Amino acid sequence: MSAGDRAESLLRVEGLRTWFPVRAGSWRRSTAVLRAVDGVDLTLEAGRTLALVGESGCGKTTVGRSILRLLEPNAGRVLFEGTDLLTLAPSALRPIRRRLQIVFQDPMASLDPRLRVRDAIAEGMQAFGIGADEAERTARVAAQLRRVRLDPVHMERFPHELSGGQRQRVCIARALAVEPQLLVCDESVSALDVSIQAQILNLLRDLQEELGLAYLFITHDLGVVRYLAHRVAVMYLGQIVETGPTGQIFENPRHPYTRALLAAMPSVDPSRRSVAVRAHGEVPSPLHPPAGCRFHTRCPEAFARCRSEAPELIANADGESRCFLSE
Amino acid sequence: MSEALLHVDGLLTSFPGARGARLPVVDRVDVAVARGEAVALVGESGCGKSMTALSIVGLVPKPGRIDAGSVRMAGRELRGLSVTALRHVRGAEIAMIFQEPATSLNPVQSVGAQVVEAITLHESVTRGEARRRALGLFEQVGIPDPSARFVAYPHQLSGGLKQRVMIAIALAARPQLLIADEPTTALDVTIQAQILELLRGLARETGTAILLITHDLGVVNEIADRVAVMYAGRIVEEGTRAAVLGAPRHPYTQGLLRSMPARAAPGERLVEIPGVVPAPDLWPSGCRFADRCALVMDRCRAREPERSVFGASAATRCYAVAAEASR
Repeated sequence: MSAGDRAESLLRVEGLRTWFPVRAGSWRRSTAVLRAVDGVDLTLEAGRTLALVGESGCGKTTVGRSILRLLEPNAGRVLFEGTDLLTLAPSALRPIRRRLQIVFQDPMASLDPRLRVRDAIAEGMQAFGIGADEAERTARVAAQLRRVRLDPVHMERFPHELSGGQRQRVCIARALAVEPQLLVCDESVSALDVSIQAQILNLLRDLQEELGLAYLFITHDLGVVRYLAHRVAVMYLGQIVETGPTGQIFENPRHPYTRALLAAMPSVDPSRRSVAVRAHGEVPSPLHPPAGCRFHTRCPEAFARCRSEAPELIANADGESRCFLSE
Repeated sequence: MSEALLHVDGLLTSFPGARGARLPVVDRVDVAVARGEAVALVGESGCGKSMTALSIVGLVPKPGRIDAGSVRMAGRELRGLSVTALRHVRGAEIAMIFQEPATSLNPVQSVGAQVVEAITLHESVTRGEARRRALGLFEQVGIPDPSARFVAYPHQLSGGLKQRVMIAIALAARPQLLIADEPTTALDVTIQAQILELLRGLARETGTAILLITHDLGVVNEIADRVAVMYAGRIVEEGTRAAVLGAPRHPYTQGLLRSMPARAAPGERLVEIPGVVPAPDLWPSGCRFADRCALVMDRCRAREPERSVFGASAATRCYAVAAEASR
């Protein structure tokens, strides 16, 4: 894990833990701890896409928000070009925050309904002192709209006057307006119809090429992952269970949970009905994760050791798998 | 299809538009479902697929109304039936499950009691017998530890278990047709796989016909025998699963399949359908897909294409492929 022997990654997350106290009972005392993110390591290189994949409640969204310090993690390091964001005072964090932006799932909820598109995009520029005056900012807003393939006439519109796809384009334009290097996309295309989703996915790919952006793409959708990601990290109950290059994850998945996710993915090839159930039962509560391997309660390959001993991440050709069978 | 269990013919459901006009959101739709058959009605948001389902069971929300067409179930016309008679049809003959089971379940009644109620509503059986049947249904839909779950309230169950309870309620009166509106859309992919397997198994064992309403072509492939593709209120293509998914003829169906990121080869760009689905008040007078279609010709805008039939397996509305049609 020494940083000196290779070029600094754009983003390195080490041992990230974000726990939430759960309060209940008549005195609202803290009665339990929800270990939403429980020791996560991630690496993302400049200009590349890392997909963080998992089902609801696995902690993937909490990872994204912890990296941006929209939530305060309990432990770990978030190194952005070598600077640990978690130790920075708010004043020192501010200029760096400009280089990490986030695009959420629901553009309607993340756009202020009373702000015209022009003001929504100019807001961030103003906050970071981009653009000398109104005229220059207007020119920049127009340029950002063109960048996301929207006609600058949309500048004067309100969010409710736009379609879902157009609104998501505005959210991307707003994020890009402050010239970030890293975009955290949290289920950014999940709410869109498939024909609109394709437009946004193509746009994100083009923007990566044009601007050298890095994406941390948080999603439950393996189809999107396969299309967009260079590397994949699979998360289950607060931990990373497998990482690797996208091809390896899809062609040669090591972890039984990754295999279960892939087996559950329906195909549109009418010559086969491919969906198979390889993870039985339900995800256990993150309040009481199972002892041993957290996946053992659903794993078709679990044996005695999995119930008592927690596997570490085990390195393979170009990734890692948290499974005794990968030893 | 003289033997059809459900026969929808020329269904037209409208909502009030500007200046007293009626906007037909379901426009002259024909659908037939044979006994034991699974038919999928697929399309993107706003295409009218859910409103078609609600029209079939007489639940069109006000100010919408059915203006024309017929809905025959096992030979009997459902349009014009009294509210009481329709209520009996729903449940006893046609059951429905929805995307969000939480909103369909009573939050202050145990799930077991709700299944018992569904049984006693349609049959005069003793409470003991109804309870025994309900427990049997819990087992049939794969709810683990049925007697413990019987006394649980909806909020104590996961989304997957709630959907299983909804399916148990739907099956309580042994309906001939199950209408499933986005039944797995809100579920995680490993749970979706379990529910798809369950629905397939139930259809096989009980002979219940299924009308599946979905936006997801992968789910269509897993469940359906036949597929109808809906766009802007109209059915634009229909046929067997093999014909529609394997050799789609309508440019919209082709576009939907090409937009799917899971189908793209690594590095390949997604083929976009340009533009957005037009709102009902902006539907063009000719082919409704004309403005987004790569193959558009002058006559597409002048007059909507007739239905061209391709043998027994497929039919579509498109001038570009009409020449290859049978007859």
